[in-house]
Amino acid sequence: MATVKLRGIRKSYGPVEVIKGVDIDINDGEFVVFVGPSGCGKSTLLRMIAGLEDITRGTLEIDGKRVNDLEPSKRGIAMVFQTYAIFPHMSVRENVAFGLTINGVGKAEKEAKVAEAARILQMEHLLDRRPSALSGGQRQRVAIGRAIVRDPKVFLFDEPLSNLDAALRMDMRMEIGKLHQDLGASMIYVTHDQVEAMTLADRIVVLKDGQVMQAGAPMDLYHEPANLFVAGFLGAPSMNFMDVRVSEVTESNVTVSNGALDPVAVPRKGRDFTPGQQATLGVRPQYLSPAETGRGMLHGRVALTERLGSETVLDITLKDGSKLIAALGEDRILAPGTEVNLNFDPGQAHVFPEQR
Amino acid sequence: MAAISSDNHGLRLVVRYAVLTLIAAIFIFPLVFMVMSSFKPDLQLLRDTSSFRAFLPVGDLSLDNYRDAFTRAPVATFVFNSVLVTGLTVLLSLLFCSLAAFSFVFLNWTGRSVLLSVILATLIVPFETIAIPLLLLVSKLPWIGLDGFQIGWLNSYRVQIIPWIADGLTIFLFVQYFKDLPKELIEASRVEGASWWQIYRKVVMPLSGPVLATAAILKFLVMYNQYLWPLIVVQQESYRPVMVGLQYFFQLDTAWGEIMAYLTVITVPVLAFYLVLQRAFIASIASTGVKG
Repeated sequence: MATVKLRGIRKSYGPVEVIKGVDIDINDGEFVVFVGPSGCGKSTLLRMIAGLEDITRGTLEIDGKRVNDLEPSKRGIAMVFQTYAIFPHMSVRENVAFGLTINGVGKAEKEAKVAEAARILQMEHLLDRRPSALSGGQRQRVAIGRAIVRDPKVFLFDEPLSNLDAALRMDMRMEIGKLHQDLGASMIYVTHDQVEAMTLADRIVVLKDGQVMQAGAPMDLYHEPANLFVAGFLGAPSMNFMDVRVSEVTESNVTVSNGALDPVAVPRKGRDFTPGQQATLGVRPQYLSPAETGRGMLHGRVALTERLGSETVLDITLKDGSKLIAALGEDRILAPGTEVNLNFDPGQAHVFPEQR
Repeated sequence: MAAISSDNHGLRLVVRYAVLTLIAAIFIFPLVFMVMSSFKPDLQLLRDTSSFRAFLPVGDLSLDNYRDAFTRAPVATFVFNSVLVTGLTVLLSLLFCSLAAFSFVFLNWTGRSVLLSVILATLIVPFETIAIPLLLLVSKLPWIGLDGFQIGWLNSYRVQIIPWIADGLTIFLFVQYFKDLPKELIEASRVEGASWWQIYRKVVMPLSGPVLATAAILKFLVMYNQYLWPLIVVQQESYRPVMVGLQYFFQLDTAWGEIMAYLTVITVPVLAFYLVLQRAFIASIASTGVKG
């Protein structure tokens, strides 16, 4: 268990800078998830922490010690790869014990550690099998086992569930969550899947183009996204964005409207606006509901209805031609073509000065 | 419909097997001719070549040709020399070429791509063009052996082995194969604390069976068939390999029966080697074929 400090971390490949100054503090025992679209640099950042990529500039500290120039094996980390990276020519037992064998750990200690890891991951019965005789989930378990026996200060996970099918992914996600609870170790987890990020993380770091967009607790990011990108990235279905015009700015609110939206005052959350400027209004699909009485705030027509069982997702074409998604309760099924007027709680809406 | 289609299928199968059998026959007939002729006296051998009898064990058969071949030339010595030189060269070549390829693929050092290009470029240089310069070189190289210090490598095993250990083709085979290994395996080993040598020995080599077999067989054939090089660097009979030994039978009276007997004897190590590695060899050819 240890803290990890990233200070002004940069990475360039020739003239191309892919990590553009990242500062992150990871606390002892914290589960931090790096999330972002492909190409945002999250895996590169993890590989830099692991020591598999050089750090062009900046300082990386693990457990209070600068480790920029240390070999991966000297950093006190263990890594689980997307492709499992288990050795096909070794049995599960040999795979799990690989690091111990390499480092000359005694037989008795080695066997005890392997047995303990196998117990934690419930794979005692697999120890003598070859990887080719394992399912994807079992292989990933072996990779995690190999990480556990090293007793690392920090666990690094590089999209560990991406190669698994949906059902297995959920199981393994829960197992990794439980593993974190049981071991209490610091963990850094890279994914592009915002569901994994939301469910597993103590803290999410959202990355884009090699920069941190926002870092914080999952629900803080969900409710108070710092910018348009974070707002759009977290949450499923993703947040609706509408191009709006600012008509009035007060101490705490900003009033916006467009062709399909009646003027509404939304908390401005310290952001600066000037009357007349174009802005973007964000409303999560879950916070939209058909107006029971009155004429509602948003006006449009149902284009498509998707019944998901637990909820009904409406694809709505607004009066000004733009699209909107509304996620309603399971019984709120509206036929395509129906005119709808929608309401939302302005307190749950976000206005961003930037445009889409 | 079903009957017709199954008939078609049967017919296709028959044609396919007929073609394959024909090709197999074309390849095996020279071998059959060689083995059969080795048991026949010269006169009958030459007479039989005009008919199908050349491929059949008919007429006056005996082991006389084998006896005479072993009397005319030190066949056992030649075979021993060839097996020794070939075996050692194959082993050393697999070791050094795979190490070189490992360095080219997995280690990060300046100039490696340039050097690899240079090595690959040597593939287009025929051996005949460097034979004489190489001869001049090895004739002046020093050596410290059991019998002390000496200048010149001529008339030895080392002169037949060392210049052939490293070659562009073998390095190229290993480089291509290593590039296809998942790089996460190497990275995982590094994270686990394995040294480069341990990664080579415990991870990369155990996964390199197919390329080891391919490289070994190709190298074996090249080495076992060596003719020009040993001809110019070895004058002493005790170091001569099998192909140079063949000359013993082409003197004033060409003894065809003995030649066939000699060829049959020296073919045995090749077949044995191939049979041992056959499965891996076919697997590796097939897999490279799929990847295109």
